[in-house]
Amino acid sequence: MTRVSVTVDGVSYQDEVEPRLLLVHYLRERLGKVGTVVGCDTSNCGACTVLLDGRSVKSCSVLAVQVTDRTITTIEGLAAEDGTLHPVQQAFHDNHALQCGFCTPGMVLAACDLLSENADPSEDEIREGIEGNLCRCTGYQNIVRAVQAAASEGRASSASTGATTGVTS
Amino acid sequence: MIPASFEYERPANLDAAVRVLQDGGEDAKVLAGGQSLLPVLRLRLSYPELLVDLGGLAELRGIREDGDAIVIGSMTTHDEVLKSELVRQHAPLLAQATATVGDRQVRHLGTFGGSLSHADPAGDLPTIALTLDAQLHATGPGGPRVIPASEFFLDYLTTALRPGEILTAIRIPKLGAGWSTHYEKFDRVAQAWSIVGVAAAVRRSNGSIAEARVGLTNMGTTPLRASLVEDELSGAAASAATVASASRSVTEGTHAPNDLAGHADYRNHLAQVLTRRAVLAAAGI
Ligand SMILES: Cc1cc2nc3c(=O)[nH]c(=O)nc-3n(C[C@H](O)[C@H](O)[C@H](O)COP(=O)(O)OP(=O)(O)OC[C@H]3O[C@@H](n4cnc5c(N)ncnc54)[C@H](O)[C@@H]3O)c2cc1C
Ligand code: FES
Ligand code: FES
Repeated sequence: MTRVSVTVDGVSYQDEVEPRLLLVHYLRERLGKVGTVVGCDTSNCGACTVLLDGRSVKSCSVLAVQVTDRTITTIEGLAAEDGTLHPVQQAFHDNHALQCGFCTPGMVLAACDLLSENADPSEDEIREGIEGNLCRCTGYQNIVRAVQAAASEGRASSASTGATTGVTS
Repeated sequence: MIPASFEYERPANLDAAVRVLQDGGEDAKVLAGGQSLLPVLRLRLSYPELLVDLGGLAELRGIREDGDAIVIGSMTTHDEVLKSELVRQHAPLLAQATATVGDRQVRHLGTFGGSLSHADPAGDLPTIALTLDAQLHATGPGGPRVIPASEFFLDYLTTALRPGEILTAIRIPKLGAGWSTHYEKFDRVAQAWSIVGVAAAVRRSNGSIAEARVGLTNMGTTPLRASLVEDELSGAAASAATVASASRSVTEGTHAPNDLAGHADYRNHLAQVLTRRAVLAAAGI
């Protein structure tokens, strides 16, 4: 057993884990964060995407012990405490950017990561920026539209408040 | 799937890492970004007893200038390579190829040193190291040593690293004035691995090609240099016709794999087309 000490969605946790425990299983099975899902065995689908110190990673391809002393944001940590959706979540809702919803947590976090680096991506940059995430329902058109909407919403609100759409914690 | 059990160590410095790795014997493995190793462990294609995580070794990260070369720490991530002004300026071929590696998630964790040590013939960065005549610095129980890229890639997933050795840094000579480069990659959508990739570096002078280097991805069990094409191009006129004719020699000495992504004859054809495109783009023709 190895000790892991990590902050997830603003709460710090200390646990003894087997070194082979994947971060995604730690999140789901130890912390009950079942919003982060597993879609493949080959590190391809991106459904398990979380933010590690603000940058997107596939939590099925990271060991829990590797993230000690780091900060994780899952889909469950994006909305405000009063339930107000994060602008990217709201944009997915408004643009009907989900069908079955399985890829959605990963898509939303991949979009947050992209927008934190590029607040005004072109359509091509969005498509390339989320290339690590597969949608089995193939609902890419609306996903791209949602990311465009979140980007312009983010630029509008950062112009007024100085805040950005990306999560950079 | 869940990987088989292993022990885990996260040494705080290079000396400790070498010691822990040596003590672990042949069942110990280095963990860098985990973007090749963890998929392999999840599919239970490998059963190491000990993983030695290099993630705590700040000394293996970062990019610096050193005279006529840039030196990249083995644990520098693909994302850090992409954001480096030094790389953009002195090794733009590396930046161009790194941008095609995997996706944002993979590039946030995967490392330059991990890619070279993994030595997948479909990997893009081994080809770049070979084309740019990189020098690979390693250290292990026998002390530090330097391995030229041309002697580093021995076979499929096999390098010249000895048991217990850690790749520490990659030294890439700056390409001098007159050189320009291009990486041409042909891949499947949403699966970034190269079916075939071709790296070209060309030095032009007075309307001719003074020197050329051509590196190949996924045309054998290791990255390869197309030396016949290089010889034909060196000193030739910088024209589309000469480049097209030289590109036809690219399959000489290669052993393209047959797999689900393509048959060998398809790859042989691709290699010729991509070589022509890469050299033309590098030469600005
Ligand atoms: C979905 C996906 C798509 C990808 N697409 C591409 C692509 O298009 N092109 C491409 O080139 N690559 C691609 N990759 C692979 C990626 O580039 C990996 O980052 C890289 O191959 C391995 O680097 P790593 O740091 O993750 O190494 P790890 O996975 O940690 O290690 C890989 C191997 O190298 C050894 N090793 C690592 N570092 C050292 C060291 N410093 N000294 C000695 N041994 C060491 C390990 O023991 C292990 O055997 C992809 C990966 C994924 C998951
Ligand atoms: S579950 Fe992690 S990439 Fe598919
Ligand atoms: S909405 Fe079903 S997988 Fe994307």
